[in-house]
Amino acid sequence: MTEISMTVNGKRTRAAVPDNTLLVEFLREHLRLTGTHVGCDTSQCGACVVHVDGRAMKSCTMLAASAEGAEVTTIEGLSNGELHPMQAAFKENHGLQCGFCTPGMIMSAADMVARYQAAGRELTEKAIRHELEGNICRCTGYHNIVRAIQDGAAKMAAG
Amino acid sequence: MYDLKYHRATSVDDAVAKRAAASDGQFLAGGQTLLPTMKHRLAAPSDLIDLRGIGGLAGIEVSGRNVTIGAMTTHAAVAGSAELAKVCPALAALAGGIGDPAVRHQGTIGGSIANNDPAADYPAGLLALAATISTNKRKIAADDFFTGLFSTALEEGEIIVSVSFEAPAQCGYAKFPNPASRYAMTGVFVAKGGGGAVRVAVTGAGGDGVFRHDGLEKALAAEWSASAADGVAISSDGLMSDIHCDAAYRANLIKAMAKRAVSAA
Repeated sequence: MTEISMTVNGKRTRAAVPDNTLLVEFLREHLRLTGTHVGCDTSQCGACVVHVDGRAMKSCTMLAASAEGAEVTTIEGLSNGELHPMQAAFKENHGLQCGFCTPGMIMSAADMVARYQAAGRELTEKAIRHELEGNICRCTGYHNIVRAIQDGAAKMAAG
Repeated sequence: MYDLKYHRATSVDDAVAKRAAASDGQFLAGGQTLLPTMKHRLAAPSDLIDLRGIGGLAGIEVSGRNVTIGAMTTHAAVAGSAELAKVCPALAALAGGIGDPAVRHQGTIGGSIANNDPAADYPAGLLALAATISTNKRKIAADDFFTGLFSTALEEGEIIVSVSFEAPAQCGYAKFPNPASRYAMTGVFVAKGGGGAVRVAVTGAGGDGVFRHDGLEKALAAEWSASAADGVAISSDGLMSDIHCDAAYRANLIKAMAKRAVSAA
């Protein structure tokens, strides 16, 4: 067992977990934050994307122990009460069908918008499609997801 | 994933000592290859020694045309470095084409070259750039570092600290990514030094991993243009054949990617 402590969605948390515990397992099974999903075992699908110290990472491909001392944000902690602008955009643009990939899509989308804003680069439709390389949706196709991210990016810039 | 013992190293020496004390220890850098491999039970180290907590292993220094990249520098940091982009944009672009954005936030240059996957991007870049790999024990030329499939000149207890190179006058990289994995089905990095010497390194194609292509180097040294590659005979001997494509297809990809890399340089 390894003692770990990190801040998850603004709350300090401390636990003893088996050494081979993945971050996603810690979030889902210890903290019961089941919004973060597991859709594959090859690190390709992106349903498990969370923010670790402000950067999008695949929580299925990181040991919980490696997140020692980190600030972790999951889909549950993306906003307080109200929908985050990117969540609202996915809802309004029908950017989901079954919804399984959506938490990872939204966490990746919020990350890419923040990175492009910080770098002063325009997040074009082409760039969004390229940036979604690590997020797989098996039902909608990507058109409405891309539209939702364009809308969410505009909402985030305005907000 | 099988049971394991996790250790957090506080220094390079501490990491080496912890691995030496383990029965079958492995260093953990970004984990973007090692952890999926362990999840599939294709690797089962008894101990993982996490290098993330070691200070001073990440960062990019550019002094004139001399570039040094710390081993724990992520692909995202290399891709986003304005200083690197000024002197060697091809390597920044190469890093920006590895995996996907979330993978690039964790994966590291040291982890990538220590693994030496035959379809990884960095080995081609560092071999063409004639980079020097600095470890806790010595400096190793890239020509001597990559020794075969998933194998390197690294010895037990040796940790990569940084890689360094002099940015060439011109360089470019092009890869034909596997449509599913995005690993290179063939990738070619071309570099032309200030004195006119040309180095061409090929990844994703060789049966023994990354290699330099003598014929392309001679042709591009004589004339630095995409069309100069047209007349070069590319043998399929020793190239990989798998479900994605056969050796002859890869031989053609080497020429096609070399031409694109020169055009991009």
